[in-house]
Amino acid sequence: MTDATQLQTDIETQISGADTLEALEAIRVNAIGKKGSVSALMKTLGRMTPEERQTEGPKLNALKRDVADAIAARKDVLEEAALAAQLAAEQIDATLPIETQPQGTIHPVSQVMDELAEIFADMGFTVAEGPEIEDEFHNFDALNIPAHHPARAMHDTFYFPKKKDGSRMLLRTHTSPVQIRTMLNNEPPIRIIAPGKTYRSDSDATHTPMFHQVEGLVIEEGIHMGHLKGCIEAFVKAFFEVDDIKMRLRTSFFPFTEPSAEMDIGCSWDGGTLKVGAGDDWLEILGCGMVHPRVLEACNLDPERYQGFAFGCGIDRLAMLKYGMTDLRPFFDGDQRWLSHYGFSPFDMPTLAGGFSA
Amino acid sequence: MKFTLDWLKNHLDTTATLDEICTALTDIGLEVEGIEDPAAKFAAFTIAHVSDAVKHPDADKLRVCTVETNDGTKQIVCGAPNARKGMVAVYAPVGAYVPGIDLTLSKAKIRGVESFGMLCSERELELSEEHDGIMDLDIRPEVGTPVSEVLGLTDPVIDIAITPDRADCLGVRGIARDLAARGLGTLKPYDVPAIAGDGDTGRSVFLEFEDDANTPCPYFVGRSVSGIQNGASPEWMQRRLNAIGSKPISALVDITNYVSFDLGRPLHVFDAAKLKGNVGARLANPGESFTALNEKDYTLDGTMTVIVDDSGVLGLGGVMGGESSAVSDATTDVFIESAYFDPARTGHTGRTLSLESDARYRFERGVDPAFVEDGLAVATQLVLDFCGGTASPMVRAGKPPLRNHVIAFDPAHVKKLTGLEVEPGEALAVLRKLGFCAQGGDAPYDIHVPEWRADIDGSADLVEEIMRLKGLDAVPTVPLPRAPGVAKRTLSVPQRRERTLRRTLAAAGLHEAITYAFISDDDAQAFIANGSPIALANAISSDMTSMRPSLLPGLLRAAKRNLDRGLANVSLFEIGRVFLGSGPKDQPVQAACILAGKPGVRSWRGATGSYDTFDAKAIALQGLKAIGAPVEKLQTFAAISGATPSAAYHPGQAGELRLGPKNTLARFGLLHPKFAKLFGLDGPVAVVEWMVSGVPQPKTASSTTKRALVLESLQPVERDFAFIVNDDVPAQSLVRAIQGADKTAITNVAVFDRYDGPGLDPGTVSLAVCVTLQPRGASFTEQDLEEIAAKITAAAEKSVGANLRA
Repeated sequence: MTDATQLQTDIETQISGADTLEALEAIRVNAIGKKGSVSALMKTLGRMTPEERQTEGPKLNALKRDVADAIAARKDVLEEAALAAQLAAEQIDATLPIETQPQGTIHPVSQVMDELAEIFADMGFTVAEGPEIEDEFHNFDALNIPAHHPARAMHDTFYFPKKKDGSRMLLRTHTSPVQIRTMLNNEPPIRIIAPGKTYRSDSDATHTPMFHQVEGLVIEEGIHMGHLKGCIEAFVKAFFEVDDIKMRLRTSFFPFTEPSAEMDIGCSWDGGTLKVGAGDDWLEILGCGMVHPRVLEACNLDPERYQGFAFGCGIDRLAMLKYGMTDLRPFFDGDQRWLSHYGFSPFDMPTLAGGFSA
Repeated sequence: MKFTLDWLKNHLDTTATLDEICTALTDIGLEVEGIEDPAAKFAAFTIAHVSDAVKHPDADKLRVCTVETNDGTKQIVCGAPNARKGMVAVYAPVGAYVPGIDLTLSKAKIRGVESFGMLCSERELELSEEHDGIMDLDIRPEVGTPVSEVLGLTDPVIDIAITPDRADCLGVRGIARDLAARGLGTLKPYDVPAIAGDGDTGRSVFLEFEDDANTPCPYFVGRSVSGIQNGASPEWMQRRLNAIGSKPISALVDITNYVSFDLGRPLHVFDAAKLKGNVGARLANPGESFTALNEKDYTLDGTMTVIVDDSGVLGLGGVMGGESSAVSDATTDVFIESAYFDPARTGHTGRTLSLESDARYRFERGVDPAFVEDGLAVATQLVLDFCGGTASPMVRAGKPPLRNHVIAFDPAHVKKLTGLEVEPGEALAVLRKLGFCAQGGDAPYDIHVPEWRADIDGSADLVEEIMRLKGLDAVPTVPLPRAPGVAKRTLSVPQRRERTLRRTLAAAGLHEAITYAFISDDDAQAFIANGSPIALANAISSDMTSMRPSLLPGLLRAAKRNLDRGLANVSLFEIGRVFLGSGPKDQPVQAACILAGKPGVRSWRGATGSYDTFDAKAIALQGLKAIGAPVEKLQTFAAISGATPSAAYHPGQAGELRLGPKNTLARFGLLHPKFAKLFGLDGPVAVVEWMVSGVPQPKTASSTTKRALVLESLQPVERDFAFIVNDDVPAQSLVRAIQGADKTAITNVAVFDRYDGPGLDPGTVSLAVCVTLQPRGASFTEQDLEEIAAKITAAAEKSVGANLRA
C-alpha cells in the first residue's frame, strides 16, 4: 500500500460522499487543483531518480486521471439530480383555463354576399354596385315604372325633400337601378349581379326598413327565358347545396320585365325545422323575367337585337333560409351574442373548391 | 280578391276540381293565397235537439240542458237566455275548436254541474256578430246533420293575389276567362240586358273639365229608376257577398258591390230624392269638403275629380260616394251612375286622402272603358228585378276612352323570347280565348287588344300571355352559355379590398355588425362639423330620420345596447356607405370599429386594463396594411380633420394616418369622454374609421412575378441609443430622422423605451431606440459602426434637437 493508493481511496470516498456540486468542486480543488493533494504528489516526481520516475510516473498520472474521471462522473449524477429537483420545483397546474386569441365573426349577410359572388363568378357574372341614394330616373322611370303607376306607390319609398327643380332623391327601393347604370355604361354582353342595401318604409316582424337584395342581369343576343330558368336553377342548387331541388315558376308582374315570373322552391317544416328542396310547401325565393323592351330602350339598347333576363331576391331571406335564423330584426341590431352565434369565421371563405357554405 | 267556387262556375262551365282550379290559378299568375272550405271549417258542428232545459241549481242565468246529439244524449250547461226545451240548436262536442272564441272545448264543471260540449251562437261560429243568444233554427233537420249543410255553407272561398297589371281579374268573370283560356272549361256567354227605358230621362249628366278630352273622367252615363222598394237582396247574392267578407246591406248597395266583384265594374247609386238638378263630374275647388259614406269628412284639392249636382259635391269620383245622397230603406227613386275615371288621378286622390275602397282599387288599376254602358245596364236590370220600378232611358256625357290598340305580332317571338315551342295556330287560339282578335293571313298578325287589357302594350306582353297559359313548366331549362376554360376573376380591386378588410378585422377579434344607414338627427348632427344631416322627407321613426355621415354613431348605439345587456367587452366593426351628400360620388364606402368595455376576460393571469389609443392605432394599421396601403409611408397626425368634428375625439389621444399631407386613410383614438357620454358610454372607448377609398389603387402589373428577393448572407447588427428630447417632440419625428441618417445600412428603427421621470430635466423625455443595421457585402468594421452612429446622433440632433443621454 503506497501513499498514492491510500490517497486515491480517500479521495474517491470523499467524491462519492459529495452531495452538492459545490462540495464536489471543493474536493476537486483539494485533490487536483494547483495546490491539491494529487498535484502535490505529482510534484514529488521532480525529485525522483529516473528509475523511480519510470515506475512512479505512470502510477501518479493514472491516479490523477482516475480522480478526474470520478469527479466528472459524480458531477453528472449531481447535475442530473439538481435538474430533477429544479423541474420538480417548477411544476404548475396545467389544468388552469386559458383564453385563446379572441376571434371575431363575419355577418351572415356579408357571408351570403360572398357566396353569391363566388357562385355567380363561375357563371361569368361580375359584381356591380351603385349608390343607395338614387334618383327617380334610375329607380323608377328607366325601369318602366311611371309616376302614377300603382306599382310605384306599392314601393313604400323613402324620399328626400324636393329640390328647387321639383325633382327628389330617394333611397333605392330595390337594387334594380344598378341594372340601369350598368346598361347605360357598358356594351353587351353583360352579366352582373348587384348585391346591396335597399330601403322601404315598412317595418313589422318580417320587414325591416333597410334590407339587402341581389339583382342579376344578363344581356346578350339570343338569351331567352329558358336560360333564365337554367341560371336560377343552377344558382339555387349551388346555394343550398342540394342536387335535387323542387322548383316552380309562376307568372307574375314586374314593370321592368316581360314576361315576368316568381320562383318558388319546395320545402317542408317537419318538427318546426325548415328543410329546403323537397316537401309539400312552397317558399317564394325570387322574382325574375325577361328585361322589358322599354327598359332596354331607356338604356339605349336595341330590343330587336338584344334581349336578356333579370332576377332579384332578398339576401337576408336567403341567409335565414340557409342558416336558420327565424327573425329578421336582429340582423341590424349589432347584438354581439347574435353575431357570435350566427356569424362566420373569417377563414370560412366560400370557394369553388371548398364549397359555398360554412 | 275573393270569390267562391259556385260564383266562378256562374261564368265558367267546368268539371275541374277545386284543386285543379287552384293549381292552374297560381300557375297562370293569379296566385292562390288561401282556400277556405266551410264544410271543413264547420265539420265538428252538427244539429242537436234540446229535449229539456232547467234552471241551474246554483245560478239564475244558467240553464242545464239535456240535448240529443249525434254523440247521444248530453248534458250541457248554457248561459244563453233563449235556451229552452224543444229548440233546434248547433252542437259543438268536447274536443271541437270554436273559431269565434279561439278555444278548443274540454269537459267542464260549471258551478258544480258537469257540461259536455257547447251550444253555439252565430258569433262563435264566425257567421255574424250575433251573440244575443245561441242559434235557434226555425227548421227541424235531423239530429247530427252537419251545420254547413243546413246553412248552405258548402261553397269553398278562394282568395287570390292580383298583381297590379291585372285589373281585368278584379271581377270573377275575368278570372273565369283566364281559366277557360288555360283549358279548364268554357267561358259561359254573358248577355248584357237591353234596357230601353220608359218615359222621361228625369235628369241629364254633364262633364266640366278644361281639356276637351275630359281626361279626369272622359265618360259618364246614368239612368233614373223610379218607384222602387229597397229591401234585402236575394239570399243567393247575400250568401256570395257574405262568403267574401262583404257585408250585405240592402238590395241597392248589394247590387253595386256585386257588380263590382262579379264584373270588375264599380257603380254608384244615388237617392234621387236627395239630388238637386243634373249630375256631373268636375275637378274639386280647392278647399271644398264633403262627408263620405264612411262618415268621415274630407277636404279636397284641385287635382281631385268630384261628382256634383246643383248642391255641390256628392262624391269623390272613382273613390267613394257621399253621405248626403246615400240610399236608405226609404229610398223610392234612384239615379245609377257608371263612369270611367282616370287611373293615375284616382290613385293619387286615394293616396292623398288615405282613402281605400273597392272602387278606387279597380279604377286606379284601370277598368274596362268599353263596359261603362253595359255595367249600367246590368245594374239597372238587377234593380228592376229586386226592387221593381221603372227605368228611364240612359243619359250620357263624353265618350269612352277606347284604346283600339293593335299589335303586330309574329308567333315566332314566343320561341325567341322564351325558348318555348308553340305552333302559330295554337298561339293565336290562346289569344282569342282571352278576347284578343287576330287579323291577317300571315305573320305578323294584327292583334286587336281587348279594351279590358290595358296592361297589354307590345309583342312581349302577348308572349307572356301565351307562355303563362301554356304553362311555365313547358319552357325548357337551358344552361347559360359559358366561355370555354376556367371562370375568370370577377371582383374589382375595391371589392377585393373590402373582403380582405372584413376578414382581417374579424380575424383580429372584431365582430361584423350591420346597422341602419339612417339614424336619429341628433346622432347624425353630432358627427357633422358644419352643416346639417341629409334628412328623409318621410321617415318612419325619429330614430331613423337622417342618413349617417359616419359609421360610428350606429356602432356606438350598438355598443351601448351590448353593454346594457351585461357584456363586458364590445368589439364591433362595420363596412358600409356613409352619406356626405346625395350624389353618387358622395356615398363612399367606409369602415369603422369600436372597442369598449374590458379588453379580454378577467383571468388568473392578471388584470385586463382598458382599451387605449394604441389598441386603436394597431388595428388601424393592421387594416390598412391588409388592403395594400403603403403603411411604411404613412404619417401620423395628431389633428383630426375631415367631416368628423374633432370634438368627437380625445384632444390628446387620437390621430390620423395620412398618406401625404391631405389624404387621410384612417382616424383612430379614444373618443372624447363628453362625446362618449352622448351615446351613454362611460370609460375609455377606442375607435377607428377607415377611409378605404383613399388607399391608392395598385399599378396594373404586367406580370404576376414578385421582385427578386436578395437575402443578405451577413447577420444584421443592432445598436441601442437613448436620446433626450423635449417632450413635445413626436417620437415619429425622431424615428424618421434616424431612418434618413443612412438609408443603405439602417433597415429598422424601433422605440423600445420612453422615460420621463426623475433624473431628467423637466419638459424632456428619454426615448430609447434600437437601430438595426444591415451589412451589405462585407461585415461592418468598428470604424463603420462609429461613423453610422455619428450620422444617427447628428441627424437626431439636427432634426429634433435630440441629445444622447449621458
